[in-house]
Formats: sequence, structure tokens, C-alpha cells
Amino acid sequence: MNTTTVATTPSHWAAPRLSGRWWPVFLRNLLVWKKLAIPSLVGNIAEPLMWLVAFGYGMGALVGQVTIATPQGNMAVPYILFLASGSICMSAMNAASFEALYSAFSRMHVQKTWDGIMNAPVSLDDVVLAEMLWAGFKALFSVTAIMAVMLGLGISHSPKLLLAWPVLLGVGITFSCIALVFNALAQGYDFFTYYFTLFLTPMMFLSGVFFPREQLPGVVRAISDWLPLTNAVELVRPLFMDQWPEQAWLHAAVLLAYTVAAFWLALALTRKRFAR
Amino acid sequence: MSANLFECQHLAKRYGGNTVVDDLSFSIAPGECLGVIGPNGAGKTTTIRMCLGLTTPDAGRITAFGLDMPRDALAIKAQLGVVSQIDTLDPDFSCAENLLVYGRYFGMSAAQIRPRIPQLLEFAALSHKADAKPGELSGGMKRRLSLARALVNDPRLLMLDEPTTGLDPQARHLMWERLQLLLQQGKSILLTTHFMDEAERLCSRLLVLDHGRKIAEGRPRELIAQHLEPDVVEVYGNGALALAQAEEHAALRALAARVEVSGETVFFYTAQALPLLAALGQHHQLRTLHRPANLEDLFLKLTGRQIREDG
Repeated sequence: MNTTTVATTPSHWAAPRLSGRWWPVFLRNLLVWKKLAIPSLVGNIAEPLMWLVAFGYGMGALVGQVTIATPQGNMAVPYILFLASGSICMSAMNAASFEALYSAFSRMHVQKTWDGIMNAPVSLDDVVLAEMLWAGFKALFSVTAIMAVMLGLGISHSPKLLLAWPVLLGVGITFSCIALVFNALAQGYDFFTYYFTLFLTPMMFLSGVFFPREQLPGVVRAISDWLPLTNAVELVRPLFMDQWPEQAWLHAAVLLAYTVAAFWLALALTRKRFAR
Repeated sequence: MSANLFECQHLAKRYGGNTVVDDLSFSIAPGECLGVIGPNGAGKTTTIRMCLGLTTPDAGRITAFGLDMPRDALAIKAQLGVVSQIDTLDPDFSCAENLLVYGRYFGMSAAQIRPRIPQLLEFAALSHKADAKPGELSGGMKRRLSLARALVNDPRLLMLDEPTTGLDPQARHLMWERLQLLLQQGKSILLTTHFMDEAERLCSRLLVLDHGRKIAEGRPRELIAQHLEPDVVEVYGNGALALAQAEEHAALRALAARVEVSGETVFFYTAQALPLLAALGQHHQLRTLHRPANLEDLFLKLTGRQIREDG
């Protein structure tokens, strides 16, 4: 019998090895969430709604109409519609980021839930995939609730909202992948404050959520072009106005690139973290 | 193919320049309980992590049930039950839900798991706590729930990392009783522990680790007979230390094969305790305790009495 085989440590950067075993992990999160869904729903829609009411109706009265470019030329839209179509992307971003940072970190580091799961035949890759999809689902849940309120308030009746829905799931997934990179690096919850104040908050103001990006200086705008939230807003906003987005494939490709790169990086860093 | 359920050959693990596990080989036969004992930092937990494929050894080979670790990690883990040192129970779920959710990780359906839940809870003496959450359980109950959870897939081999650390004597005895029951049912166990009475009671074979190396291996009683004199006389009180050191007591010391001092206590190891006890009887101010040598003596002899840095 072969006595000594030198085991080679597989690279943390190896391609993801994914299987269907992510599903019971996703289901676990879903079961926990079901217990808290109603309070969670209130928290998820109360804040975006406050933004909408305070800014949309308050600022909207001052601003009136906003002019945006569409394939059919410039179009003037009520400020509240402009804001609603941008802020729903922000909600998807925030919901996914919170879940993939604070909640995933609790499960990974504080409760050691991941360690328990990996004692069963579930690989770390599948756990990370499950967390990524779960945070995407949480974003979709928030977005759905907010959309329902927007429909109720009569802000938009565009039939293309139906298409905005899966796009917003994709936006949630993009931000959940990015957040998992920071989750893998975190030593404590404090770290996430930096992520929110230094990355997400500035992005909110640079991505055309609250005002048209035409207002930004040229250099800032060039940076803004490549921010994930900008590309999300550019995809989603026209759908709220029953228009098709311009350069839709470019925006989708940028988001996809962020998603794939961030997931791979998050996986490599998480493997490194667990390979103590 | 060997008859062993589990086999490690020449395992090594280094972190930076620090060798944590060094040329470690052992095997577990079906129905056997193998105990791994060693001071803090001896490499016990790292060994278990390697056995579970959670960390890759720098050298060596691990096989289980005829499969290779880490290549077949998931297939191996499907037949393992693991209780880790730290509880990883889901705080948001009741005891019953914890078992259900954990069973799903093994690819079991709810219909397969549900009939097992009452049996598992009964085994863990937690039938009355089915709807309680882990936060409402005592330390012993949590550990038993962890054990029940590890049994959800009806594993062939259990890996238990210090399953009774931090438990009170009642809870510890109940845990031992349950583990004995599992052994009677034909399960195999790999157990790490700090408690020598636990090791002696449960384990058919012991592995003593220190600084990542195997320093002894064998059946508990045989190990004691091999390394120690059969009797120990502990001496406490005023003047005890003088017996171990002063020139005038050399004759008394000659009655023992070995003399050790720990704090204010002197340990005399001997094959013939009676002459020694008679001599000690002259010193009325001293208290003596005569007992057979045990695993703790062996452990301290092999690994030393000094406190470990991370201990």
C-alpha cells in the first residue's frame, strides 16, 4: 500500500466547485427568515418609503420635472418617478448588502453556523453560493414590497415593471457578491461601517439615484459610468417609464462582470479564511 | 483494502514555521473508540480538521470507508457524525427544527428525517425540549442536542472534539452513558478529551499527542502498566517538600521508584507501597493518599506538569 502521498493544497483561486447542495443552506435561511418576515418586511419598506415620500413629494414640489434621455429623444418626467426608479435600485443594493454582510457574518463568524454545515457533506463553495443567492432573494423581496407600494401610490404603471423585477434580482445578486468579498475580510461588524460609508453611500450620490448624472463634473461622471449602481439605474429607470434602456447589453455586461469577478474573489478569500 | 474504518498515515501540518502535527499515523477499527489525549496545543483539533477535510495536510494520507480525503470529502462526511468543540446549533430553531434542518444537509428529505426526530430527542434526553430553542437549554442539553444532530444521518463513525468540556458531573455522566450506548450499537468513535477518567471509561485505545507528535499509543491499562509503577502515594502538609529534597530523608525516598513534586504535593511512585506507607507513618503532621496509578499520572509523566502557554 502506498504509504506517503504528499497532498497538494488546492489553490484558493481554483474555479468554483458548485453543486445542488446549496439548496438546503438556502432553505435554512428561508426558514429562519419566515419566523421574522413581517417585522423584516416593515423594516425593508419603511426606510425606502420615507426617502420616497420626503424627497419625492417634498423635493418634487420644488424640482417639478426632470429631463432624461431616451432612445426617442429627451423626455420630461415627474421627479417622484425619477426618484422611485433610481431608489428601488438603491433598495436592492442595500437589502443585499445588509444580508451578505451583517447577517452572513453572524452566521459565518458569530454563530459558527457555516462550520456546523461543513461538518455535513456540504462544501464551503456551496455555502457561499447559498449565501449569495439568499442575499439576492432578500433584495428581491424588498424590491417586490416597494414596487407594490409604488403601484399602489400610482407612481408608475409601466407594463415593463414586470421586466424590471428580474433585473433587480440581478442587481441584488451583484451587490451580494461584492458584499461577500468584504464579509470574507471582516474581523468584526465595525468593518462594515466603512463599507457602507466609504463605498455604498458615495455611490448612491454618484449613480443618478437622486439627480441626473449630467449634473456631475466630467471626471466624476467618467468614474460614475463604471459604478455598478449606475449601470443598475441605467437599466431599470427607463423600464419605469415604459421605455427600453439605451445600451442595455453594455450595462448588463458591466453588472455581470462585477458579479463574476466579485463572486470568485469572495470565494477565494473565504476559502483562505477557512483554511486555517 | 484494510479492515480499518479510518486510517491516517504520516500526517503533517505546518502553519508558517510552526509544525502543529508531525508524522502522525493512526487507525480506527470498526466498533472501536479511539481516544486522543494531549495538552492544549498538542494538535488534536488540527488533526480532526484534517480528518474532516476542512484543512489540507502538508503531507500524509487519510482514508475512510475505502475513500480518500480530501478528494472524496463529501462522500466520507455523508457517513460521519461530528460534534465540534464549539456548539454550532442554530439559535433561531427549536431542537426539533435543528435536527430537521441538519438532516437536509445530508440530502435527506423531511419525510425521511421527521420519523427520526422523536428517537433522536429521546436519545438526547430532550423529548420535553422539542420546541425549546438552544438558548433555553443548559450546557449539557446543548451538547446532547449536538450529539443527536450528529446522529441524524445514522453515521458509522463519530468524531467528537471534547464533547464534555465545560459540563457538570451529572451532565458528563449522562453523555458518557449515551456514548457507551452508541458503542454497544456498533458505532465507532474518535474522541478527543482532557478528562482522563473519560478516556479510561470510554476508549478501547488511546493516542497521546504532544507538540503534534504521537508519544504513546495503546490500551489505557496497558499504557499505565508500561509507563508507571502500579502505586502512587501522595503526601501533603508541613514538611512534605522536605521529604522530597532533604538529605536526611534519602532513605525514605529510596523506598519509592520515583518521586515528583507538584506545588505543595509530593508524589511517590512505587511497586511496593507498604514499606513506604509505614515510613511515612512516622511523620504525623503529614497527610497521605495511597491510590493505584491512573491515566492522569501517565499523562503528566508523558507531557510534563508545567502549564502550557496557551493552556
